[in-house]
Amino acid sequence: MAKHHIETTVNGDEIEFLCETEETLLDVLRDTLHLTGSKEGCASGDCGACSVMLDGRLVCSCLVLGCEVGGRRVETIEGMAKGEKLHPLQQRFLEHAALQCGICTPGFLVASKALLERTPDPTEHEIRYWLAGNLCRCTGYDKIVSAVMDAAVTMRKG
Amino acid sequence: MAETMANGQSQTYVGTRTIRPDGVDKVTGRARFGADFNLPGQLIGRVLRSPHPHARILSIDTAKAEALPGVKAVITRDDFADQSSEFIPAGEMMMNYKDVVRNVMAREKALYEGHAVAAVAATSVAIARRALKLIDVKYEVLPHVIDVVEAMRPDAPLLHDDLFTAGVEPKPEQPSNIAKRVEIVLGDVEAGFQKADVIVEREFKTAPVHQGYIEPHAALASVSEDGATELWCSTQGHFIVRAHCARLLGLDIGRIRVTASEIGGGFGGKTVVYLEPLAIALSRKAKRPVKMVMSREEVFKASGPTSGATVRVKMGATKEGKFVAGFAELKYQAGAFQGSPVQPGVMCAYAPYDIENVKVIGYDVVSNRPKVAAYRAPGAPISEFAVESVVDEIAKKLDIDPIDLRMQNAAREGTKAAYGPKLGPIGMEETLNAIKKTEHWNAPLRKWQGRGVASGFWFNIGGETSASLTVNEDGTVSLMAGTPDIGGLRASLAMVAADELGVPYDKVRPIIGDTGSLGFNFLTGGSRSAFSGSMAIVEAAKQIKTELCARACKLWDLKPDQVEFAGGQVKALGAAAEKVKPMSIADFAKVAGKTGGPIGGYGRINAQGAGPSLGTHLVDLEVDPETGRVTILKYTVAQDAGRAIHPSYVEGQFQGGAVQGIGWALNEEYIYGADGKLQNAGFLDYRMPVASDVPMIDAILVEVANPKHPYGVRGVGETPIVPPLGAIANAMEAATGIRFTELPMSPPKVLKALKERGLNKV
Amino acid sequence: MRYEAPESLEGAVALLAGATGEARVLAGGTDLLVQMRADIVDPELIVDIKKIAETRAVTEEQGGWRIGAAVTGAELKEHARLKQAWPGVVEAANLIGSTQVQGRATLGGNLCNGSPAADSVPALIAAGAVATLAGPQGKRDLPVEDVMLGPRKLALRKGEILVSFLLPPRPPRSSDAYLRFIPRTEMDIAVVGAGVSVTIDGAGTITAARVSLGAVAARVLLVPEAARAIVGSRLDAAAQQRLETAARAACQPIDDKRGTTEFRIDVAGVLTRRAALIALDRARAN
Repeated sequence: MAKHHIETTVNGDEIEFLCETEETLLDVLRDTLHLTGSKEGCASGDCGACSVMLDGRLVCSCLVLGCEVGGRRVETIEGMAKGEKLHPLQQRFLEHAALQCGICTPGFLVASKALLERTPDPTEHEIRYWLAGNLCRCTGYDKIVSAVMDAAVTMRKG
Repeated sequence: MAETMANGQSQTYVGTRTIRPDGVDKVTGRARFGADFNLPGQLIGRVLRSPHPHARILSIDTAKAEALPGVKAVITRDDFADQSSEFIPAGEMMMNYKDVVRNVMAREKALYEGHAVAAVAATSVAIARRALKLIDVKYEVLPHVIDVVEAMRPDAPLLHDDLFTAGVEPKPEQPSNIAKRVEIVLGDVEAGFQKADVIVEREFKTAPVHQGYIEPHAALASVSEDGATELWCSTQGHFIVRAHCARLLGLDIGRIRVTASEIGGGFGGKTVVYLEPLAIALSRKAKRPVKMVMSREEVFKASGPTSGATVRVKMGATKEGKFVAGFAELKYQAGAFQGSPVQPGVMCAYAPYDIENVKVIGYDVVSNRPKVAAYRAPGAPISEFAVESVVDEIAKKLDIDPIDLRMQNAAREGTKAAYGPKLGPIGMEETLNAIKKTEHWNAPLRKWQGRGVASGFWFNIGGETSASLTVNEDGTVSLMAGTPDIGGLRASLAMVAADELGVPYDKVRPIIGDTGSLGFNFLTGGSRSAFSGSMAIVEAAKQIKTELCARACKLWDLKPDQVEFAGGQVKALGAAAEKVKPMSIADFAKVAGKTGGPIGGYGRINAQGAGPSLGTHLVDLEVDPETGRVTILKYTVAQDAGRAIHPSYVEGQFQGGAVQGIGWALNEEYIYGADGKLQNAGFLDYRMPVASDVPMIDAILVEVANPKHPYGVRGVGETPIVPPLGAIANAMEAATGIRFTELPMSPPKVLKALKERGLNKV
Repeated sequence: MRYEAPESLEGAVALLAGATGEARVLAGGTDLLVQMRADIVDPELIVDIKKIAETRAVTEEQGGWRIGAAVTGAELKEHARLKQAWPGVVEAANLIGSTQVQGRATLGGNLCNGSPAADSVPALIAAGAVATLAGPQGKRDLPVEDVMLGPRKLALRKGEILVSFLLPPRPPRSSDAYLRFIPRTEMDIAVVGAGVSVTIDGAGTITAARVSLGAVAARVLLVPEAARAIVGSRLDAAAQQRLETAARAACQPIDDKRGTTEFRIDVAGVLTRRAALIALDRARAN
């Protein structure tokens, strides 16, 4: 059967692509659109490394079919920095050494941004539970949580 | 920024918290990891894996798969020449090529569920998947054995009929699953027990656990018609990958160029080859690039976890608390091929302590599980968990504070370690003191809460290392290292280079070079990369400084003793200082062409003198007596870093290792069914700690300088996973009064133990 | 593999009824996509029901609440009035997977995945929720406890889809709660789940109750014996004990990688008691 022709918006750009039914949004992002910042750690929704925003909702792109995103709004890690300016979360992750190997980092950043957009002043508890779907094996989460709290302070100041 | 002195050099950057140079790429999604590389015309490679834990492979018919349109190559055991039996170093462990060739592709038998049996390269994922279903493998299913104790029985299913236990005299006449017996002895352990007022003996059991890196193994190979081979892969050691692939595929080392991608975690698990030789073999056959990426299920089923084990510990102490004898017997699972980390387990068991009489025996045992790979301080967490549990029990029996008891028996400078050497300055006492000084140590606890302490030891290693520094035309510096950067290596090396050369940190740009760009490098493992790499950088910088001084002498017509390099400049000394203006590195760069050509240094060393790193961990936890659930409330790590080049990344090592240890202690395990198949090959049921499972991990940097390193550095990466198992078991005892001897201390086990004692009520 | 996203119930039913091979409904996809990837299912047709208005709405109906089968956990969490009326149902739905999974996972999918460990199902059963199905023969209603017959086995007929759930009106002094046991704090499948809904009179005596248990049998159980054990009581110590005993007696669990039979039975009693106490506290506040 013919591939699906999908028109959508990715990081504000209008995009067209072709995909098979069984291809996930993650497959499309990585293999078709060459946006490899979203990572595949498990392909089962258990690690969060493929986190993206879909119409303003945080989702695992490995659990969305490519053909579902027609006419919708996809935001990935590649769209997080604006021009030369890093997002405050990106900046704080660097300053707090909140990454070691870095494979989980895009997913954590996308998920953290979604949190701070809804909850500008989260507690440590809220951060930890919101990010429970993002696995990190290197850091023990300590510096990630600190970076998110610090970024929240920055963002509240505007 | 505060300046400190070390190595006769003022330090602006070492010891500070710089921004890592590879950081921006990693927070923007730009960094390229193993699966992020692609080449024009690439094929997708997939592996057919054994569904049986133990089976003879009678035949493999690939004809139908090869005939499927879109399939460009199929490989099996026939594509790999057999290898002779020869042991080679792999991380801190040894491996045998005869086994390696069989592990990457099953030959006579499939020895574990998930063992590779064939591989295909096709034009799409869908075609590759279909092709795998068309390969017809005839198996003769054999009885399997999973448990280490069962595998040691004389009537156990035998994995290798040519495996005779090494290390016993006389050599056994019958093959068995016991590959090796090792032993270390110090003093006379029996005489030691005679002097003991208290003796505690216990048996412990630990489950195999996986390294759990978030990035699955990935490789992209391209072999041209003339045999030139390029490989991009996620590995802890691309020079090692090159060596293994050359050997397994009969290629000259110089024909293979391996580029290490950014690596998404390894923890020891990416020190061996799995996909890499298959991708090259497929590409060689198809004459097109072949990309292979493991699924998470494949990672669990076919890449190395670490050993599960049983350990018996017997310790004796006088009533004053002096340890007088330590005995242990360790039985470690190796997986399907010999080579468990039992040797380092044996050597580390009593290493934190000064004990006159020690005897530790270890067995390396094969069973129908994936071959183990190194995992952060391989072998040590298991044996030290058992010893630290018994130390705690002795403290309780003698009514001595557990920190004081450890302090009284701590290994220190001059202690003769049971594993051989006389120890240099090490930080055991300092970490104990640091923990005792914390508020945490004296914080109040409630009912069902408990506090536990444990220490841990790891050797650390040095080894062969090459690194270069190049001064560019504008005075900026390019740094090239050859050990993959897994957690901040480039930052650390750039800081050392900046301080050595007296240039700003942001003028040093570090990269990880490919195997064609530098001399041999041993892998990133053994906590060696920052230790050895910084020594190689110091050497390279020294060459540059010597060269610049020589050029200054020519330019200024001075003698070598009339100039010096200091503060990033070459200056004339004495009277000459009045006449010539000091020249900075940038000044030399401008006139490089006229003064002798390009400026650079190249450190090629075999780093020695890696000092052990000792750590002590403190944990508070709470047990829900009605469900057996354990909550970690508070956690503090104190560890000797020698000298922390980048304190944040050193703390990160402490915190990450502690949380991996928490997972090992409480929930992580390989769960097998009676059918010998792994039941939890995914992140859903292989339960690694998530963010909400753990508290903040307080990290205390203890710095007892390593005299063998120019900056005093010790490796720090591995020790942090050693103490958590014992610390948590000790805290469990404090909370419940029950000594747990089996890991993981998962809720069903904890509740059962509480129920048996009638304690399962609030 | 065909993908269709009809905008009407009739369209979806016609597609499913007319399918020649295996057909699957796609709502949140958090189970379906995982099963496709693992080669457990290989459907010929996927029918995405998210464009059908009835599956996506939360509306008040006859004093109760109608929740579309394809409403996500994240959407339920943001529905303040629903949460006020049925906190147990919403908290159960919100326990399914991570924040990311909450952005996709639906109540309908959680039930139709056919797992006895589904978190929202015991809460829905305790709530007395009724499932509305649409099929070639029209619509019909089925109590939620009758929808799942066993692991991966549903009472849905060919061509039928789950459209919505109807939660009954919440009487005064009434509330619900759901608790589950998992080894970690998040991200695991329930080892035991317990949903309890209670109504009390002005004196604090329980006048009505429903108790449901998950992951302790081949299907999610409605346990009337457990409800009877506390009706007429104020959930004093003796009633709590009776409740625990009745809950445990209903369990017929298996030993597996997530827990032992003994563990599940023990913890089922504990969680049922704890959930009942929470529901009671909430009822008192209503």
